[in-house]
Amino acid sequence: MNTVKSDEPKPVLVEIREVSKKFGDVVAVDAVSLDILKGELFAILGSSGCGKTTLLRMLAGFEHPTSGRILIDGADMTDVPPYERPVNLMFQSYALFPHMTVEQNVAYGLKKEGVPAAQIRERVAEMLALVKLEALAGRKPEKLSGGEKQRVALARALVKRPKLLLLDEPLAALDRKLREHTQFELANLQYQLGTTFVVVTHDQDEAMTLASRIAVMSEGRIAQVGTPGQVYEFPANRYVAGFVGNINLIDGRVTRSSGGRVSLQCDALGAELSVLSEDPIGAGSSTCIAVRPEKITISREAPNGKDRNVLKGTVWDLAYFGDQSLYRVRLQSGAVLQVSAQNLRRSAKLTVEWDDEVFLSWDIASTVLLRS
Amino acid sequence: MSDAAPDNGSHAHRWLRRAVLLPYFWLLLFFLAPFLIILKISVADPVIAQPPFTALLAWGADGFRGIQATFENYVFLFQDGYYGIIYLSSLKMAAIGTLLCLLLGYPMAYYIARQAPARRNVLLLAVILPFWISFLLRVYAWIGLLNNRGVINEMLIGLGIIDQPIQMLYNDFAVYLGIVYSYLPFMILPLYANLERHDHDLLDAAADLGARRWRGFVDVTLPLSVPGIVGGCLLVFIPAVGEFTIPALLGGADTLMIGRVLWDEFFVSRDWPVASAVSVVLLLLLVAPILWFQRIQAREQEAGR
Repeated sequence: MNTVKSDEPKPVLVEIREVSKKFGDVVAVDAVSLDILKGELFAILGSSGCGKTTLLRMLAGFEHPTSGRILIDGADMTDVPPYERPVNLMFQSYALFPHMTVEQNVAYGLKKEGVPAAQIRERVAEMLALVKLEALAGRKPEKLSGGEKQRVALARALVKRPKLLLLDEPLAALDRKLREHTQFELANLQYQLGTTFVVVTHDQDEAMTLASRIAVMSEGRIAQVGTPGQVYEFPANRYVAGFVGNINLIDGRVTRSSGGRVSLQCDALGAELSVLSEDPIGAGSSTCIAVRPEKITISREAPNGKDRNVLKGTVWDLAYFGDQSLYRVRLQSGAVLQVSAQNLRRSAKLTVEWDDEVFLSWDIASTVLLRS
Repeated sequence: MSDAAPDNGSHAHRWLRRAVLLPYFWLLLFFLAPFLIILKISVADPVIAQPPFTALLAWGADGFRGIQATFENYVFLFQDGYYGIIYLSSLKMAAIGTLLCLLLGYPMAYYIARQAPARRNVLLLAVILPFWISFLLRVYAWIGLLNNRGVINEMLIGLGIIDQPIQMLYNDFAVYLGIVYSYLPFMILPLYANLERHDHDLLDAAADLGARRWRGFVDVTLPLSVPGIVGGCLLVFIPAVGEFTIPALLGGADTLMIGRVLWDEFFVSRDWPVASAVSVVLLLLLVAPILWFQRIQAREQEAGR
């Protein structure tokens, strides 16, 4: 669920310019440049150790970049301490003050800002109402459930009306049911307030559903920045393709390239596959193509239609999920491809079963040609 | 637990119940019994005999003749202003010593708690290392250091910083030094145990919400470490009030501490009943903070759950 996008380009709020962070010899963040727009819900996605948390901590001011600058709303924040930045962070652990009540936790930031007491009361009440915690204002954090704690942490960070709200794995500590619900709440809240959110997460589903744009990070670098659709359907490289969603990665060698159409000899499959590419690519160069499981059609009859890649194989493994089925099909060469099929018809018996001889086919336009 | 092993379970349960009784047995044997003996002596009259006090239960030729108890010793303590002054002086010296331990021990415990685990263990070992040498020896060693012809004075004179030795021994300064030196580990360890459990994110959160480092410490770390502070202070204060060795070895003639009075009553005046009364009153003075300590501990355990 992406927030509504207007056509006019949004102004840039956060400029990350060539930021690097080294811990001793370890490069945690490597010359990252990134623009985050005002009012967007931006996700930084990556596996643990990819540098996303370090980048977040640099935005909050807890780490100082080894080199590079960070600008927020045009002002250089690189040397500004965390307590003077217009930025608030929702910690993964929530970091609620255990000796303070919910109300005191939320009021803390305003007190430090020197807001008059009457205003503090008003703004805290308003914020507690927004996250539906009015009834728990007098409780200590130890008496709250995980979801309630999360909302207190959110309220405490938002009450200061930061220009930028950072969320470190905001849903990681919640159980699955609550997570889905909270995801929607979070996105709604962001839309309501218009505050710029930057979410750091290792969970691709979380990033895909929450964010209007995603930066995929790997080994301290940005692997790709784009909308969830761009990242999913047009992965920039092998890492992004493999990290976001399920995918079949196939190595091949270019045999022909003409008129926007590239043919590859794929030894692992024992077949020649075609793919569309706007950029010309020299014959003989080795490359990699990727195709998502849901793009592949599985059938017992030979498919017709042109501009399709067709392969033959045997159903080797099958997982039934109700709404869809996931097939693992072994080709004659021994290679295994994943295919998913929607179970559109209501039937207890699947049209394709274990050990069936099947044809796999997909539109050559659904194939991604990955460089490097 | 499976149905097959109910016997085992109740057996284990019975043993557990017995184990729980053990501390009570311990208290009975080593706390209550001696206390009752002291209490008994404190209501006796001194006599020149062996033992040097009258018996509680009087027996005559015709059998039991009644209980012989007197509160004269207590009346004496309260009438003679001397004891009141010494109690107050002991409490004051213990309180100041405790405060000094806290001021010195808190930063140390905080520093240790913030180190990497391996380094932490080395530093903790350094804190408890002095326990490997007899307490008495360590206090004696200070005499050698603080003496007018001791290591420190000789060194200062040798360096030409002073030409007359500074009187460092046999005064209150030496007693405070001895208390801080001897009891500092008892302050550091409970404080460390508390501070080590603090979530570092809390200080970051305070900074994120607009608190400078020092402010964050005052708002977050300090209130959360109150149980550690209370625990450390009581562990220092309670034994320091009744301390005998330190004032006896390092204190001057004018250093008034109840431990020395107790010693004098027992061994110099040989007035066991008065000495016992002194220690009963001391105990009653200390029961209040001990009970308070237990309540704080119970509350902390509750919170830790």
